[in-house]
Amino acid sequence: MHVRDLIEESVAGMLARPVRSALTTLGTVLGITTLVVTLGVAATAGNQIVGRFDELVATAITVGVPESPNAPLVEWDAIDRLTRLRGVESAAAVSESKDGANVSVRSNDLVDPTRVTAQSLTVLAATTGLPEAARGRMVRGRFYDLGHVRRHDRVAVIGEQAAELLGVTRLDRAPAIFIGEHAYTVIGILGDLRRERDLSSAVLVPPTVGRQFGLRDVTRVLVNTSLGAAGLIARQAPTALSPGNGDMLQVVAPPSPTRARDQAEDDVNALFLILGLVSLVVGAVGIANVTLVTVMERVPEIGLRRSLGAARRHIAAQFLLESTLIGLTGGVIGAALGVVTVVAVSAAKQWTPLLDLRLAVAAPVAGAVVGLLAGLYPALRAARMEPVEALR
Amino acid sequence: MISLVDVVREFPAQPPVRALDRVTLRVGRGDYVAVLGPSGSGKSTLLNVLGLLDRPSSGSYRLDGTETTTLRDGARTRLRGDRIGFVFQAFHLLSHRSVVENVMLAEVYRKSGRAGRRERALAALERVRLSHRTGFLPGRLSGGERQRAAIARALMGDPSLLLCDEPTGNLDSRNTEAVLDLFDELRRQGLTIVVITHEQEVAERAARRVRITDGVLVEE
Repeated sequence: MHVRDLIEESVAGMLARPVRSALTTLGTVLGITTLVVTLGVAATAGNQIVGRFDELVATAITVGVPESPNAPLVEWDAIDRLTRLRGVESAAAVSESKDGANVSVRSNDLVDPTRVTAQSLTVLAATTGLPEAARGRMVRGRFYDLGHVRRHDRVAVIGEQAAELLGVTRLDRAPAIFIGEHAYTVIGILGDLRRERDLSSAVLVPPTVGRQFGLRDVTRVLVNTSLGAAGLIARQAPTALSPGNGDMLQVVAPPSPTRARDQAEDDVNALFLILGLVSLVVGAVGIANVTLVTVMERVPEIGLRRSLGAARRHIAAQFLLESTLIGLTGGVIGAALGVVTVVAVSAAKQWTPLLDLRLAVAAPVAGAVVGLLAGLYPALRAARMEPVEALR
Repeated sequence: MISLVDVVREFPAQPPVRALDRVTLRVGRGDYVAVLGPSGSGKSTLLNVLGLLDRPSSGSYRLDGTETTTLRDGARTRLRGDRIGFVFQAFHLLSHRSVVENVMLAEVYRKSGRAGRRERALAALERVRLSHRTGFLPGRLSGGERQRAAIARALMGDPSLLLCDEPTGNLDSRNTEAVLDLFDELRRQGLTIVVITHEQEVAERAARRVRITDGVLVEE
């Protein structure tokens, strides 16, 4: 029997009862659609969740600057070179005390032994880009600028928590805080930090002022990159910051976002995959049932074909191919419906639809395999039929 | 052409049912033989044995010189497809396929290639004078036309034997006459025809008649 004959006979057999074939196909359509939708929506939603989570993590680089006995490894103005790199959104250099020791900070000069007037806070020197680099915002006032830095102005910006501890709530009267023996004008309160949350309880001063507390050298550089640029910037940053000694800097790049995303997706997918597979099994049972009924109805046709010279394998092949075609058709329609649904859900939720192209190809194949497996028993029954019995 | 010698066909039961009892029948090339008999006499069993649809329990059956009783299933199926054309009382036309497609079906399981299949089917339809109905679905044909379409299918690939099981059983007298005329014509063209029937008038059109009663075959 020619392969084309087998295909033509199977297609004709399938189309002989179009309504029944369509209804049989429906089972696979539902199964495959469920599978594609669940996997597609899971991937899209997973990407959405992880994407938001990633955005913070995946674009944050920290460069640690070890102490150097000679000249500092990173100069304060090296930040300018770094921000010129394409992909760097914001960056700031920070100097903090080596041992992280806190300094006594008071909101007034009065020393009252009966109550606590001093707070032990961290003092850091940082460049002017710190609010952006720490992904925070000025909840009051402003951050110091290059003018303050150049003039060595005794100004300070305090974190939101530090402001609360020091009782600084208003800035319109230019309050001062006392760090050690000297007073510093508080010009801003930094809050809503999404990175370096410890800065909320810190006092920030310009680098030119920080020297008075021993904060001479840059100890850390905070860099934010655009999405996807972190890897590249992580490689370029050391050279930009310290052209001669880049390899001595310690770059902490974000973890691979795909690994985290894959893990989250795997968790979601496992659940939905089971649901989709259950639907598919239901579809397979539907195909098997209808194919079996069809075989019983077509007994005279089987007898005729046997009388015309069809061997058992020809009969089996035809019924198998018919059920496979029904499964394949269901798979193609199901995959298309699934993709459309994922896109529609994504559009409604304003998400970016994420669909693995392999899924769109695998879904029809899965449908065909389901049809093939579902057709095995009916095809065997048809092939075993004796021609004499079939023609009776 | 056909040589049945002492063919017995028994069906398992308590006691076993002997549907064919030491049947001996020789049919030459171009013969037109009618097998007469009442219902349950063993006519259909004989047709099944002759058509290689069933195996005799014992005895010998040679078709065109080939001993068929010792052949394996595959070889019997091939021999059946290549040498024997069947005409059934119920026509057995596929209702969703056109007349010409039904006729072409006869070659699907043969080794002959696809090339020229439609032309051969059209020629077979021409032979039964049904060229004007090639694109029709069987449901739109009269009973006589359906049987002629079934005969055309049986004639595809030039079989050496045409086996007909009550071919006029579902036809009125006018269509019966037309089908029997067609058998006459085919016989004149050299085709071997064996018709199983319980109708005396159908049997009388055959050149030779045999009667089967309780599995025993007797020449008339």
